[in-house]
Order: sequence, then C-alpha cells, then structure tokens
Amino acid sequence: MPFDLSTVDAGATAWVLASAALVLLMTPGLAFFYGGMVRSKNVLGMLMQNFATIGIVSVVWVLVSYSLAFGGDNAYLGGFHFAGLKNMDQVVPGYEGSFAQVIPPIVFVGFQLMFAVITPALITGGTADRWKFPAFVTFVIIWSIVVYAPVAHWVFSPTGWLFKRGALDFAGGTVVHANAGIAALAVVLVLGKRRGWPKERFRPHNVPFVMLGCGLLWFGWFGFNAGSALGANSLAGYAFVNTNTATAAALLAWILVEKIRDGKPTTLGAASGAVAGLVAITPAAGFVTPMGSIAIGLIAGTICCLAVGLKYKLKFDDSLDVVAVHLVGGISGALLIGFFADKSVNSLGADGVFNGGGWSQLGKQALAVGAVVGYSFVATLIIALVLNVVFRKMRMTEDAQLEGMDAVLHGESAYEFGPSLGTSVGTLTGSGAAASGGHSGGSHASIPASGRPVDGTSLGSKTGVDA
Amino acid sequence: MRLVTAVIKPFKLEDVKTALESFGVQGLTISEVQGYGRQRGHTEIYRGAEYKVDFVPKVKVEVLVDDDDTADLIEVLVKSAQTGKIGDGKVWSVPVEAVVRVRTGERGVDAI
Repeated sequence: MPFDLSTVDAGATAWVLASAALVLLMTPGLAFFYGGMVRSKNVLGMLMQNFATIGIVSVVWVLVSYSLAFGGDNAYLGGFHFAGLKNMDQVVPGYEGSFAQVIPPIVFVGFQLMFAVITPALITGGTADRWKFPAFVTFVIIWSIVVYAPVAHWVFSPTGWLFKRGALDFAGGTVVHANAGIAALAVVLVLGKRRGWPKERFRPHNVPFVMLGCGLLWFGWFGFNAGSALGANSLAGYAFVNTNTATAAALLAWILVEKIRDGKPTTLGAASGAVAGLVAITPAAGFVTPMGSIAIGLIAGTICCLAVGLKYKLKFDDSLDVVAVHLVGGISGALLIGFFADKSVNSLGADGVFNGGGWSQLGKQALAVGAVVGYSFVATLIIALVLNVVFRKMRMTEDAQLEGMDAVLHGESAYEFGPSLGTSVGTLTGSGAAASGGHSGGSHASIPASGRPVDGTSLGSKTGVDA
Repeated sequence: MRLVTAVIKPFKLEDVKTALESFGVQGLTISEVQGYGRQRGHTEIYRGAEYKVDFVPKVKVEVLVDDDDTADLIEVLVKSAQTGKIGDGKVWSVPVEAVVRVRTGERGVDAI
C-alpha cells in the first residue's frame, strides 16, 4: 500500500528525527558507562566493541534486518520487501487505522535503527574484558539478524504475534533490555570467566567516566522513550516525564539500599540506579501515570541493586551486571505494566490490576517476557556455541587477558602513565620527532624531551590538586 | 650533605612546600608514590562488592641539605606534614657523597 505523504505531520517528523539522533548518542554513552567500570588496560577494547556495533548494525539494518523486523504481514518474521531499503514509498505493514504513522517510512527506519544498534551493544557489559574481537564482530552480525530482527517484529510490529496478543512494550523493555540481558547471560556462559574472577576483584578504573556515560544515557533516553510515541504530542510528554521520574526514583532507591546495607551511598550506585530506572520505565513509559512511574522506579532500583549479588551466588561472570540491570530491570518494567497501566494516559494501552483492569494484562506481559527471554536465550546460546568452535574459543587466552585488550587486540593504549624514560626516548628517535617540530628547529630535537621536566610536571599538577 | 626524604599525605604537600620555602630551601623534587605503613590500606565498595586497596597514594619529597641544617629541616618537615591522624607518613635522611650542579659544574655544598 503506498504511503500518503500528505498525512505527514511536520512536528512529529522533526521530533522523531531528533529522537533518533538522541538514541544514537546512547551507544557512545553506554561505551563510557561501561568503559569507566573496566580496568584501564581494557577501556579501548570496550569503547571499540560499542563503536564497532554502531558500524555493523547500521549497515546490516539497511541491507536486511530492518526488512526482517518490519517488512511483512507474517506473525513471526518480516520479509525481504524492504531489503536494501527498497519500497520506502509504501506503508510499513500493520501501521494502519489507529496505528497509522504520521512520519515518512524512511524516518521510522532511522529511528528504529538506533534501537537495533544499542541492543547488542548492551551485551558488551556482561562479556567485558575477554571477548576476541573477530568473534565479537561475527556474533553481532549474526545476532542482529537472527535474534534482534524477529523479536522486534513479534513485539513492535502490529503484525507480530505478541503485539496481536496485546502485549505492551512502549519502547523496548522486552525487545531491547530483557533480550540483551538474557543474551549477555548466554554468551557469558559460553565465554567463561575472566582470569582471576571471582577470587580477584576488579576495581572500576574511572568512575567519573561512568557518571558521564550515565548522563549521556539519561539524556539520550528521552529520545528512546518519548520518541517512541512517534509523534509530537501529549503521549510523548507523558513518556518524557515518566522516564525522568522513574529514573530519579530508582537512583534514590539504589543508593538508599547501599546506605542501609553497606553504610555509604556510592556514585557508582547512583549511576547504576539511574540506568535501572531508565530500563524499567522503557516498556511502561507511554502506558502509566507519573505516580505509577515513581512506583516502578522505586521497585526497579531496589530489585536491580539486590540482583547484583546473583552472579556471586550462581558463579557466572557477568562483568558489569547486565543481567541484574537490563534483564531484571527489563522484566520488572514489562511485568509492572500489568499492575500500573492506565488507559487515561494512552487509549491504545490497557488498565492494569491497580486500575480495575484485572489480571489479564499481566498475563499478556508475562507471555511476552517468557517468549522473548526463552527464544533469545536458546538462539544466542546456539550462536555462541558455534562461534566458540569456529574461533577455537571466543575467550582471549589467559596471557592476553593479563596484557589487556587494548594492547593485544588493538595495538593501542588509552593513557600515558607519567613521562617515563621510554616515551622520552620515543620522542627523540621515533615518529614523535614530528610532534616536537613546533618547539624549535631540527637542530634541537632533544628539547621536547628535556623540556618536560619530571618534577616540574608533577609538581604543577599536584599544586593544582591541592589548591 | 644529606638527602632528606619524606613520604607524606598528598594534600599536605602545599603546606610542606611553603614551610620548606620559608626555611630557605632552594629546590626540591617530588614524586607520586604508593605504599602502606602501619595504617595498612582501606576498603572500597563497588556495587556491594568489597575491594581491598593495599597501596595508598602518597607524595615523596626529596631535599638535599647541608649537614648542620639537617635536624632543623626534618623538624620543619615533620611539623608541616603532621595531621596527627594515622597515615601521616615518614621522614628519614641518608648521607650523600657527592652533589654536582649540572649547568656550572659546582660541587658539594655550593651545588645544593
């Protein structure tokens, strides 16, 4: 069916385009959120996995996965109708009647792409510090076609079987978060533990990076949730306010648990609580009232904080707690819709247990959670097991883990640890000679090395710290 | 001549530097170091998991001094670095055989 361009709403189109850009920013934000939590020798490895995911999924989406997610009437999988982004002058199947879109189909493609990008990126937190890069790249290509595309079709597309059953997922609590969380668990089980875990504990190397990344995620998430209204309207406003409210409540809940249990509220806990709140409100953002979002935030912040302990009890090395935050948070949010949903917010939604709707919506939510989590776990496990054979173990060797991903996988280092003799010599003889050119003529090539006196440099920085 | 070395709390560096300057010290070298003494390390908690931090960040201050001034200088150093709380650090001195100022070739006390 041809798309009637005269139905396009300029405000809605502008907001969805801006939202797509906001959602893209979440993946670099996630990279820093995770990057700050790993050790300094693995930070580039973490950033690289996230940026590589943007590259891979963006291309695969155009070629085939968008079409598999949204290109057909079949209840279980789209088709190849939109492969290579052909037929963009036609209506996205299922978006008719009360679901009719007021944005051009190509805008919808760009917006949904960013969701497809961040979902496999979320997995990198669970698998941090040890995944061989070629194995990772291959995994993301296959996973975005075999797991993400069908799951997005089931839940997001009005022609998908879970959508038709009435399961509600406003912006991806099941499709994005529960999906990525359970997939992370499956990969972790195949990949195995990091060298030294759990006997050794690994300290986050840069908590300020974590806070910065969390800030970018929070900011970008307004596009994720409020953009999912696919319109510039009151529903987008509800999603916006609910997103912020639940996030705030979850932040407070997480640090309150820490204060009671550990004695001190931590900055890492504040960031973690905020992300847990963002995750949990994602499926519910357009279906609940702001009061409901406070409850969802408080519940998710508490449950996710306590769920971190699971990995120590069950002995799976989910490095940065993707299971506790995204799987548990995503499932919590999806199920809590069954309690807090309110038709006064969204006539296409439902009434939950607390709004006189009975238990039926909760049943539909549980079905969606079970189907997505079950399929994603099994499919991801099979992909990981096959790749583990193909790549003769996807995990880096013990020695390589000791040296770190940055050096072994990428031949780089993130930081220069003080002006050492090694780098001074490098400046004199190596490519650094070009960098020294700004100082003086070639006859004094040694000046840059000696022009950075060891004590002068550190004294300066120290004085700055103390001031 | 003697080399006086002090390992102090990083945030006391400014006080120590000011005190040494008023004492007449012409130059000093500092470095960022890590270590522990009787206070041992401390514990940090990340997402509920405890991490034992064994080595505490400290600043090492090194000053060359004439034999006669050594006792006074150590006293100035200790006084300015003291907070009275555990982990204040240590000061010690060792004899120095030779000192040369690189630019002029001056030797001994003249080079300090």
